[in-house]
Amino acid sequence: MRKSLRPLAATVLIFIVAYGLAIANFPMMASTRVLGNFLTDNAYLGIAAVGMTFVIISGGIDLSVGAVIGFTGVLLAALITWFGIHPLVAFVVALGLAALFGAAMGLAIHYLEVPPFIVTLAGMFLARGAAAVITQDSVPINHEFYSFIAQLYFKLPGGGRLTFLGLLMVAIFIIGAIVAHRTRFGSYVYALGGNTTSASLMGVPVARTTVSIYVLSSVLAALAGIVFSFYTGAGQPLAAVGVELDAISAVVIGGTLLTGGYGFVLGTFVGVMLLGLVQTYIIFDGTLSSWWTKIVIGALLFLFIVLQRLVFAASAPGGKSSEKA
Amino acid sequence: MKGFPLSRLVNPQLIALIGVLALNWLLFPGFFRVTWQDGRLFGSVIDVLNRGAPVAILAIGMTAVIATKGVDLSVGAVMAVSGAVAATLVVSGYPMPVAVAAALAVGLLCGIWNGILVALLDIQPIIATLVLMVAGRGIAQLITEGSIVTFNDPALVFIGTGSLLGMPMPVVIAAALLVLVTLGVRRTAIGLFIEAVGVNRSAATLAGIKSRVLLMMVYALSGLCAAIAGIIVAADIRGADANNSGLWLELDAILAVVIGGTSLLGGRFSIPMSVLGALIIQAMNTGILVSGFPPEFNLVVKAGMIIAILLIQSPLAAALAARLGRRRRAEK
Repeated sequence: MRKSLRPLAATVLIFIVAYGLAIANFPMMASTRVLGNFLTDNAYLGIAAVGMTFVIISGGIDLSVGAVIGFTGVLLAALITWFGIHPLVAFVVALGLAALFGAAMGLAIHYLEVPPFIVTLAGMFLARGAAAVITQDSVPINHEFYSFIAQLYFKLPGGGRLTFLGLLMVAIFIIGAIVAHRTRFGSYVYALGGNTTSASLMGVPVARTTVSIYVLSSVLAALAGIVFSFYTGAGQPLAAVGVELDAISAVVIGGTLLTGGYGFVLGTFVGVMLLGLVQTYIIFDGTLSSWWTKIVIGALLFLFIVLQRLVFAASAPGGKSSEKA
Repeated sequence: MKGFPLSRLVNPQLIALIGVLALNWLLFPGFFRVTWQDGRLFGSVIDVLNRGAPVAILAIGMTAVIATKGVDLSVGAVMAVSGAVAATLVVSGYPMPVAVAAALAVGLLCGIWNGILVALLDIQPIIATLVLMVAGRGIAQLITEGSIVTFNDPALVFIGTGSLLGMPMPVVIAAALLVLVTLGVRRTAIGLFIEAVGVNRSAATLAGIKSRVLLMMVYALSGLCAAIAGIIVAADIRGADANNSGLWLELDAILAVVIGGTSLLGGRFSIPMSVLGALIIQAMNTGILVSGFPPEFNLVVKAGMIIAILLIQSPLAAALAARLGRRRRAEK
């Protein structure tokens, strides 16, 4: 097996072992109901994490994801409930706004030469603030289209439900994987994460690629916001606070290197599922308190970071440690 | 590496602070009124100092970390942990000095943990400190068992709400820490070492600087600062709130450092300027509150300010200014 595939293999292995242990403790965890809910409950996180994977592979970071999800929810609620606009039109507006927002961040990162961390931090404040300016309260969304989508599912044997939202996430992951590994844009993203200067010398359109990456991330975050609004049936300015951290955690646990240039979209899928497993296990157990989720996720992060470090130190001998950015 | 031409401008941060304060004064004429009551000063300006103290303290540690080309995302979570430790110990009957010492020790430990990850395991700082950022709040909740631990120990409460020589305690602590750390860094070679490691770690190591020890020290300092800020915040509200104590304050601290002119790319740094940055942020927050604007504008204004600073500091703006200058000269 190629050495570079080891982190991904480790993630998959840990997921299988963890899931096996969970089933050993609670046989019901193997039911299709739990599996179906896995996909549905984590759909918004998964969709946002696909965008985050691209950003991180390119060597950047996007802190605005959670705020964009919150803003999208509020915007949808305002458009649908206050102005009576059809949800589909509202979706187009939300996705379009997010694209502009992402483009502005990408332009700032490329042309102002500011670290993505700071630009997307400003973006996070802006999106969260804009949501709070629209409304401070939770605005309900009552539209027949929403109940229609919520009722849209395939029945699985064993009573599980494969919902439209869960399938949407799976579809986004598959499209994301194809874009990352099989298209020119995908290879540009990897090249950018490896070394921006070499990438530009090789003829990678750095400006266009950077802008596209952040547009992609913001649009997927808005899509995640749309999905999120189906769960809550409302728009709330403080919704999805900290989702960017969960998304980053899922990407790292999925074997993507935070320094950029290396990673897998499908690894992120396993990462999201692993986070979901931790949460589901804690709910099943009932005696463990919710804060164990955070501690376990932190421990998993630590484990994977050290693992990556060891694998990459072993595969690239000599002087690797000296040029950390 | 080219130096930032800060010294040549007449300190844009100070001008910005004066500008924000003047704006506050225009919107709220009583802004500068300071009264003496019950043996301490009261007024909006004192409020800015008092409320700005926790972020200023975080910014002191954060400046050193950022100067080494790092970042410490865990400070907010460490605040929650140290506040939880102090509150829980005081509630279980330990005297205040023991509780505070334990809380500081825990903060130091958290910092050393970050330092180990960054310096010994060579993990990218953003990721290394992300671990504690995610897990820290869980640990704090574990300590407080999920509830908000309230206390009434007068000695501990004094740290948050007491006053010394008319100034609120948080301000006194922040000022003392600022003087201590600035002297410690600038009167010794440590500051130079930090800059050297920030500019080029391998070159600094080859030049004989023990970069690993230095990095550990810097992250330990940041953890300690976070612990102090955590104790102050807990003492101020007489309770440890594991969920909300220090929430997103790491971002405010990083912002304060950036506003202060310290480059995120490492190297040149100034601790007093970062504290000034923290005061600018707080002056804005307080200004929005006292001038009667709805507080939800706070984040939008903050975002606008970051964007303005980024535009001014960007190489593009410098190039544009240079081109404009040339064209004007050519027209003449």
